Amino acid sequence: MAKEGLGLEITELRLGLPGGGTEKNEKKRVFSEISEEEENEKSNGPPELQSKSQVVGWPPVCSYRKKNSFGDKDGSKTSKFYVKVSMDGAPFLRKIDLALHKGYSDLAKALEKLFGEALRDAESCEFVPIYEDKDGDWMLAGDVPWEMFIESCKRLRIMKKADAKGFGVLQSREALDGTLKE
Amino acid sequence: MNYFPDEVLEHVFDFITSHKDRNSVSLVCKSWYKIERYSRQRVFIGNCYSISPERLIARFPGLKSLTLKGKPHFADFNLVPHDWGGFVYPWIKALAKSRIGLEELRLKRMVVSDESLELLSKSFVNFKSLVLVSCEGFTTDGLAAIAANCRFIRELDLQENEVDDHRGHWLSCFPESCTSLISLNFACLRGEVNLGALERLVSRSPNLKSLRLNRAVPLDTLQKLLMLAPQLVDLGIGSYVHDPFSEAYNKLKIAIQRCKSIRSLSGFLEVAPHCMSAIYPICGNLTFLNLSYAPGLHGNKLMKLIQHCRKLQRLWILDCIGDKGLGVVALTCKELQELRVFPSDPFGAGNAAVTEEGLVLVSAGCPKLNSLLYFCQQMTNAALITVAKNCPNFIRFRLCILDPIKPDPVTNQPLDEGFGAIVQSCKGLKRLSLSGLLTDQVFLYIGMYAEQLKMLSIAFAANSDKGMLYVLNGCKKLRKLEIRDCPFGDAALLEDVGKYETMRSLWMSSCEVTLGGCKSVAEKMPSLNVEIINESEQMEFNLDDKQKVDKLYLYRTLVGHRKDAPEYVWIL
Repeated sequence: MAKEGLGLEITELRLGLPGGGTEKNEKKRVFSEISEEEENEKSNGPPELQSKSQVVGWPPVCSYRKKNSFGDKDGSKTSKFYVKVSMDGAPFLRKIDLALHKGYSDLAKALEKLFGEALRDAESCEFVPIYEDKDGDWMLAGDVPWEMFIESCKRLRIMKKADAKGFGVLQSREALDGTLKE
Repeated sequence: MNYFPDEVLEHVFDFITSHKDRNSVSLVCKSWYKIERYSRQRVFIGNCYSISPERLIARFPGLKSLTLKGKPHFADFNLVPHDWGGFVYPWIKALAKSRIGLEELRLKRMVVSDESLELLSKSFVNFKSLVLVSCEGFTTDGLAAIAANCRFIRELDLQENEVDDHRGHWLSCFPESCTSLISLNFACLRGEVNLGALERLVSRSPNLKSLRLNRAVPLDTLQKLLMLAPQLVDLGIGSYVHDPFSEAYNKLKIAIQRCKSIRSLSGFLEVAPHCMSAIYPICGNLTFLNLSYAPGLHGNKLMKLIQHCRKLQRLWILDCIGDKGLGVVALTCKELQELRVFPSDPFGAGNAAVTEEGLVLVSAGCPKLNSLLYFCQQMTNAALITVAKNCPNFIRFRLCILDPIKPDPVTNQPLDEGFGAIVQSCKGLKRLSLSGLLTDQVFLYIGMYAEQLKMLSIAFAANSDKGMLYVLNGCKKLRKLEIRDCPFGDAALLEDVGKYETMRSLWMSSCEVTLGGCKSVAEKMPSLNVEIINESEQMEFNLDDKQKVDKLYLYRTLVGHRKDAPEYVWIL
């Protein structure tokens, strides 16, 4: 997996004590430690609860409801998430419905279908998938869980790495898939 | 004592229907016990491992209706591993072998195999009613067996089950001779259904009162079904997506207007919000509205719909209704007794839309409110105190702040005082779920005031053992206690082990109890099953008693250790 950053592993059944067995007087701090994606970061003060809901069993919503009121994994969501996709070097923009895809790897395959020719023609180019979020910022695709991504993605851009100063990381076209994997 | 012949007593007992009362009656004397047990038709078993099917059958030979619950509540939130237990097959097998004329089976959180369903369908001639809630393990093949073999089936009610859908012909398995259906709920099935078979089934079911469809049933079929069954009282709509200018939509409007008996509406599993006006004619009569599976319905469309529902007693919605929407509820739904607000955003990424304001508005506008489940962004002590004053009749109060250790955002204090006000004011409170930043203090209040409390759910709270002790000492009627991620250890666990025999069960996960502590409970109380769920590779069988236990589930039982526990469950 190219990116560990999805944090989905945290939602898997976690066993053994939270916080790795150190003396815990305040269970409240333990919660914030469970929810951190970076296992390295164990600060002393109460850290900001960013990915707070990625603790097992929290919020206490039954799994049937989770699958069905947030939109289920079959892709048959009630709302559609059409976004424009542009690719550097391709003459036309396209539109795709993010709701039809189950995850990043599914998306990567779809993008490949849409832009296959342009991707193949640009052999020596390296690409970075980025998206514009609700706040108008351009973000690297793949960091956040899929459901969160489709909620916040406003448009997609497959950018040439050469133009991606400051975005970093990717090395090759294969990495496009790698980055988009779950 | 016995001046009356048995038949007279039996006749009197017929009027006593609540399980609690019948249980009490059976304790009066031997002869009452005997009369009661022969006349008992309905039995409720809150924990399937507390008694065996053989003993049930021996005591109640006249059994017609059985309710069974399996897994502990926290299994809903993925805290209990998949194959922990709760299998219904042994029950059905034993009942089938006996001469029990089972007519009704209601299961919650149990594992139900197709084999079980098939055996069930073939073993009881008069079987009438199957209700499965939050169960798993079966496919539509099992449903096909029920449909095909239960000649007098009246009720098939599937609520929130995980069903493997083999894209059923199961609906076609109801024979032409089956005309007895009163209730059919298959909303939780994900696959296609044979629409023609569905229409024919509804057309030959004149007694059908409750019909809940899945999302594979499109709008035009809905219209046809409503024309066939205008007598419906409870309707669950599957797909509600159509062009508002189409002929089908016009036909639907006419069909809905004929359904003057509908009092309960749910579903909208797929919804086009601009088509909601067709529903308005029936809104005025609704007493129950469940839109909690309709994330597509929000904003003004949702509010407009609610404004038509003046007689609503129970409302289940998503938090995208917002505080403003709850204000509309407060103004419109003066008869409201139960409110459930579910989260629409799994990650609580700041888009969750209700806060303490919405709750305060509803408490002020709906004085009959007695049951609450509320997922929110934040809560304040002041709000809880106001709610407690406005609504002293709460029986169920379940609050879930999405960040479970969040303090009062205005004062930065724990929510002890707020919850304290709730338990002090609501003298009839039976069920309570806490969240937010909480210290031992809230438990002091709960122990002092929550005299009727039967079920308590605690997560990420308290500072010390004292919290748990206050509850165990104070809540005399406590039946179920479930705790996760709290600093309660052996001292609290062992303080009063006799108490656990008065309760149905205790769940503690990610707390401070040790293996030694659990062993101690098991030793002292042979009438309890003390189960340790342990999937970690580190824990081994001959382990240090000081090792902390990840998940403890203990429950009273009359039949000792269960034989169907998987490897990773140790029964001490």
